[in-house]
Amino acid sequence: MTAACDLKRAAVLDPKGPIALAERNLLFDAFYVMMIVIVPIIILTLWFAWRYRASNTKAVYAPTWDSSVKIDALTWLIPAVIVVAVAVLLWRSTHRLDPYRPLESKEPPLDVQVVAQDWKWLFIYPEQGIAVVNQLVFPAGRPVSLRITSDTVMNSFYVPQLAGQIYAMAGMQTRLQMLADQPGTFVGRNSQYSGDGYSKQHFEVQAMTPADFDAWVARVKQGGARLDATSYAALAAKSRANPITYFSTVEPQLFDSIIDKYRHSGHAHSAPVRR
Amino acid sequence: MFGKLTIEALPFYSPIAAGGALVTVGGALLVFLVLTWLKAWKYLWTDWLTSVDHKRIGVMYIVLALIMLLRGFVDAIMMRAQQAMALNSGGYLPPEHFDQIFSSHGTIMIFFMAMPFMTGLINVIVPLQIGTRDVAFPWLNAVSLWLSAAGAALVMVSLVIGKFSTAGWTGYPPYSGIEYNPGVGVDYWIWAILISGVGSTMSGINFIVTILKRRAPGMTLMRMTPFVWTALVASVLMAFAFPAITVACGLLALDRLAGMHFFTNAHGGNMMNYVNLFWIWGHPEVYILILPAFGIFSEVVSTFSRKRLFGYESLVYATAAIGILSFTVWLHHFFTMGSSANVNAFFGVMTMIIAVPTGVKVFNWLLTMYRGRIEFHPSMMWSIGFIVTFVIGGMTGVLLAIPPADFLMHNTTFLVAHFHNMIIPGVLFGYLAGYMYWFPKVFGFAFNRGWGLGAFWCWLVGFYLAFMPLYLLGLKGMPRRMETYNDPTWQPYLQVAAFGAFVVLCGIGCMVMQLYVSLRDRNKTRDLTGDPFDGRTLEWSTSSPPPPYNFAVIPTVGDREAFLEMKEKGIAYQRPAAYEAIRIPSNTPIGVILGAFAFVLGFAVVWHIWWLVLAAGVVMFAAVIVRSSDDDNEFTMSAAEVKAIEDERFRVMGTRP
Repeated sequence: MTAACDLKRAAVLDPKGPIALAERNLLFDAFYVMMIVIVPIIILTLWFAWRYRASNTKAVYAPTWDSSVKIDALTWLIPAVIVVAVAVLLWRSTHRLDPYRPLESKEPPLDVQVVAQDWKWLFIYPEQGIAVVNQLVFPAGRPVSLRITSDTVMNSFYVPQLAGQIYAMAGMQTRLQMLADQPGTFVGRNSQYSGDGYSKQHFEVQAMTPADFDAWVARVKQGGARLDATSYAALAAKSRANPITYFSTVEPQLFDSIIDKYRHSGHAHSAPVRR
Repeated sequence: MFGKLTIEALPFYSPIAAGGALVTVGGALLVFLVLTWLKAWKYLWTDWLTSVDHKRIGVMYIVLALIMLLRGFVDAIMMRAQQAMALNSGGYLPPEHFDQIFSSHGTIMIFFMAMPFMTGLINVIVPLQIGTRDVAFPWLNAVSLWLSAAGAALVMVSLVIGKFSTAGWTGYPPYSGIEYNPGVGVDYWIWAILISGVGSTMSGINFIVTILKRRAPGMTLMRMTPFVWTALVASVLMAFAFPAITVACGLLALDRLAGMHFFTNAHGGNMMNYVNLFWIWGHPEVYILILPAFGIFSEVVSTFSRKRLFGYESLVYATAAIGILSFTVWLHHFFTMGSSANVNAFFGVMTMIIAVPTGVKVFNWLLTMYRGRIEFHPSMMWSIGFIVTFVIGGMTGVLLAIPPADFLMHNTTFLVAHFHNMIIPGVLFGYLAGYMYWFPKVFGFAFNRGWGLGAFWCWLVGFYLAFMPLYLLGLKGMPRRMETYNDPTWQPYLQVAAFGAFVVLCGIGCMVMQLYVSLRDRNKTRDLTGDPFDGRTLEWSTSSPPPPYNFAVIPTVGDREAFLEMKEKGIAYQRPAAYEAIRIPSNTPIGVILGAFAFVLGFAVVWHIWWLVLAAGVVMFAAVIVRSSDDDNEFTMSAAEVKAIEDERFRVMGTRP
């Protein structure tokens, strides 16, 4: 019983926003369709093994029966029909839940820029001009539009209850949308192994009421720490299990400069980035 | 003189690492002493190490695989133990060491356990099933073996001298690049894979030619056994897929050694080019491993259901379809790269399509059991356990093939559970079924059934206990490869998983006992007929163990169950009026010499000992030249010798009770 209750709260099964919910429902739909064929196979395997055991001489024995056009056709058709059903589901949902596609909402999305570092996450709020280490705060009910890069090896930005995940890669930008239905606190992680501090590279995700969010921004702005080229270099150095840290002002274009330092540092030019 | 190699390379940084090194060195020393005590060196050298006989090469491949299975399993149980105890603590392994262990576990299990096991089984059985006396290129076959062994030896040596890679078995850059990983670990990984990968490519070519050109008269393509068909498709995949990983690792080596920028963050490098190349090999690799296992299941289910295989043609087309489709799905390993919805959807749909021929196969095994007379030989148990468990893994695979669902579960333990669910019941159970099925053929005495069944039940139960909790942990959002964690609700699941690993350990114990008991009782359980299971295919028509020439007279095939047809017609054991002399390839030490120097070369590159790289390269080049100019590489076994061996065989067969 405790295990069942525990699983009800499992991050993937207990989404707190429309995207994660849609992704989870997709999982369930595909699961149920698959069960149509999986369950009979398991039952038939065990039943045939028992029914046609050598000691059961009453069972029919047909040692040379090895083909039947009708049955052959069925063995191809049954999996094919199931695959077509799941493939339709897949094609539609992949387009609908493209992480680059902005969410439909009356409110304009909150832009947040995300930088993966060894071994922490930096969140830059370009409109508010603030930055936070290891904490992502936003108003519930308002879409959040994330632009993600890495200033180190490949990471994967992962918030299972709200958005799923996408890779963070140096010199490149990926995108992810998220939306929380209600205020709440969630866990975010890096899911792509990145070295010694990887296991402790998690961050807090907080959805607040809009009023609380504004108050939080105001509080961060009072802090006084400034994130510029110098303080950024110190921050980007390897460190693990970093506490939540606030920066009240951020050098404009910092995010773009983090991407560009890899893109323009050589003669060759990387492939165009999907923005 | 010694490049980067200093006394610092010895593993005194942690008592556990030093212990691992001690066990490795101790084990090698023990083997050395036992061989010396048995005065077995000469026998080992002349009859095994220098052999070009496909049966002996196959056995050596399988011995390598079983040794590496032990090593890979020790890694596994160490990881499970670490995660079972590492809630809010460091457990007993520092991250630096834990990271080496998950990297070596994956590398060993794929490249040095599964690959040699598969190649070994193909080596032993395919020539017998197609009715030939040897593979197309016997010496090349020995070279492939020794290159695989050289790769495995490099991984083992990294336990003692220096450290292994921490970049996982996939070695994704830029983490595996010189900027983030300046040590020797990644180099060990690269050179182990490069060297063994050359061997695998050549094995693939060898078996394509063998199967296409050396079948017995009458054996048309549609009369080949299912195992030969799957071996053929797997060989084609090996020849086409392995160059991709060779290129990927080669370019990564250039990044690391020559300051190039194929996959680095800066200077126009792009790590995703590596990831694409890696999985262009990596996905076909899954089918390289699993197709021959499917072939084994087909043989075993038919033999022990005492019934012709159902839907043979469907199975052949399904195998070929899987072979082709396997090259069109690689991107599903990284839907989270940020490619467009069209790209992700395409690769997702292609992945689903592979489920169709796979489903066909499952139905065909089921229908082969239907109206059979099923004998629960351990090999049959592996097969039944496989079907029931494998469909669960197939189901979770289809779930992960849906890109938006993959966004939720990529890189979590759900993914880890999924691919172990394919590879343990699919690949390993298949190989173990083949190992227990063909053991009496290869050694000429029975393989103990009781311990075999014990091994099966422990592996099956252990598998469920070890991996079902990982599925659930994935749903709880636990990423893979965590050395420590702070979520107390994860720990009970990890403890169950650790217990599961312990049950698997009991299964391995049963396998050791099975070998011991069978060996002890060998004189009581001789296989006098060569056909202990009332077999259907040609390997059962010759003696156990088969003579050096396999078949005194090359059989003529009239049905896809060639030997069963001969038995039914009463011509299975007919003797010819006169035997003929047979040409047999001579043993040569050049294969093992090439392997040894490939190892030296790899080791020297890893430690930047450039003069030694040059020296090893010169020796290898010279060895190939010597071999190429040797025209006297076969000997003749006279008709009288053949007759003597055959007379003895039929005398023994007459003495059976």
